[in-house]
Amino acid sequence: MVVDQLPAKDARRTDRLFHALADATRRDIVTETLGRERSVSELARLYPMSFAAVQKHVAVLADAGLVSKHRRGREQLVRGELGRVHDVHRLLDRLEVEWRDRLDRFGAVLTDGPDDEIRIPSDPKSRRRYP
Amino acid sequence: MTVNAVDKDPATRMMRITAEFDAPVERVWQLWSDPRLLERWWGPPTYPATFDELHLKPGGNAAYHMTGPDGDQPHGWWKVLVVDPPRRLELEDGFADAKGVPNPDMPTMHMRVDITALDAGSRMSITTTFPSAEAMEQLVSMGMEEGMALAIGQIDDILAELATTG
Repeated sequence: MVVDQLPAKDARRTDRLFHALADATRRDIVTETLGRERSVSELARLYPMSFAAVQKHVAVLADAGLVSKHRRGREQLVRGELGRVHDVHRLLDRLEVEWRDRLDRFGAVLTDGPDDEIRIPSDPKSRRRYP
Repeated sequence: MTVNAVDKDPATRMMRITAEFDAPVERVWQLWSDPRLLERWWGPPTYPATFDELHLKPGGNAAYHMTGPDGDQPHGWWKVLVVDPPRRLELEDGFADAKGVPNPDMPTMHMRVDITALDAGSRMSITTTFPSAEAMEQLVSMGMEEGMALAIGQIDDILAELATTG
């Protein structure tokens, strides 16, 4: 189902997620590292703050599962992990929500008026839009 | 309208949703075959769809676009694989560029529609399958970036509201 009660574990996870996303710099770090790894020093050059401050932000994001950290030599690399958080399940869930909405609209169009009214002529000028 | 079954299988990357309608199969089919009816339900109210072309015959195609609140117009296409009115439709659904030309770099989805007659009304099931794990991953990351942008926009709105009221 779409609207389920979140189990406690998920609720804590959601708290961490919102906490992580409540800061503009952290949101930007996720966007910057989606699909491309960046080192912490590279990130530190993007923002008017110290290396240590950026490192703290990265730690909060990693705790929320929004980025992962890897070492390469002396460098610490950061990668945005949004796409992998729930991967396949997430997309199938999204698809389900999309189709539930579509089928709601489908049903509404079906019941909209008697048979003869539903046959709208294929004239672009008579195109119906959503109310 | 009642959605009476949802079946998801991550292993085969498949989602099937089944709904029952209080209307005969011919009428249900009409909502697929008439572009003016199809565009009333295909896109969400915030992104209404316009079908520029719709040819439900074997090897036929469809070209559509959706219009967003800011006037952005993502384009999509269908390639009809199997069609058996008023019972069955199978198609490939993909992304297109602004001119409606299919974008080969974007993943496509396979969709199968089955409509069966009930004692009173009809049952319709839609089965969507993603062709590969890579295609899914690509869509997940796109969708997540979208969702992320949306969430960020909402958070920014809330913060702006707090700043003016607080």
